[in-house]
Amino acid sequence: MEIPYIVHARPDTGLTNSKLGIWLFLASEVMLFGALFSTYIILRMGVPEWPHGELDVVLGTINTIILISSSVTMVMAWASLKLNEWGKHRLYLTATFALSAIFLVIKYFEYASHFASGEGPWHSTFLAIYFTLTGLHGLHILGGMVVMAYFLGPGATLHKRNPEQFANRIEATGLYWHFVDLVWIFLFPVLYLL
Amino acid sequence: MHSDPAANVKKSVRSYITVFVMLMIFTVITVAASRFHLAVPVGITVALIIALMKGSMVAGVFMHLSHEKQWIYGVLLLTVVFFIVLMLVPVFTVMDSTGTAIQAAAAGRGGH
Repeated sequence: MEIPYIVHARPDTGLTNSKLGIWLFLASEVMLFGALFSTYIILRMGVPEWPHGELDVVLGTINTIILISSSVTMVMAWASLKLNEWGKHRLYLTATFALSAIFLVIKYFEYASHFASGEGPWHSTFLAIYFTLTGLHGLHILGGMVVMAYFLGPGATLHKRNPEQFANRIEATGLYWHFVDLVWIFLFPVLYLL
Repeated sequence: MHSDPAANVKKSVRSYITVFVMLMIFTVITVAASRFHLAVPVGITVALIIALMKGSMVAGVFMHLSHEKQWIYGVLLLTVVFFIVLMLVPVFTVMDSTGTAIQAAAAGRGGH
């Protein structure tokens, strides 16, 4: 059975079902991360001293710049499709994928440095919430990379059959990706700077 | 306003670049502000205000929330209400123990 209104908007909502669907999913994601941010506040309020300077601010800043850049390349990948520039779309989507991979590599080095000095999540309350929040965020990055890899590979053939539906899929991927960027925009100061 | 969709997208591309530059500037400001060793409440307020501004730009421009359909705003309004409740949970936990024996005992320990 074909899913209705995935190419053209429903007359009553003015939206494609897929777009409303991805926004509902993102609403549930806000609740997921919201619960963890709330946990962070409870944990922080519960101790007289909160550790500072345990994380590498330089690496955190570089990762922030990388993720913001990847958000721009993602939205440009969608805009290129709307402008019928297939080559540019591929270039921007590949750049987004590469930037997200670099983000994870940097995160790996950060994690490795902690584990090498025996500072796993069990070490302190701060590191427990740090690994939980950044680990969940990292899994979201990985999920986004799987979707991008699909649209760079086998999923790209849809563009020939139905370019409008393909652009809608890239838009939904972009909405998810910007949300992942949005979460990091809050995680960075909360964990690295405050 | 342009009626040509391609012209609209081209106009949007310019705003994407502007927002990108703004996000970079705000990132530098956040890191620089943290070097000033402000008092904890001031530091948290400054960092969260900047993060809110950056988040608004990402949501408004990259996620096109500045010109979205009513249904999306409806979904987000519900999300914001429940998110605020979630953020108030830590406050509820404190209120829950206000005036109880546990807090009185803790206060007593602090006094010695």
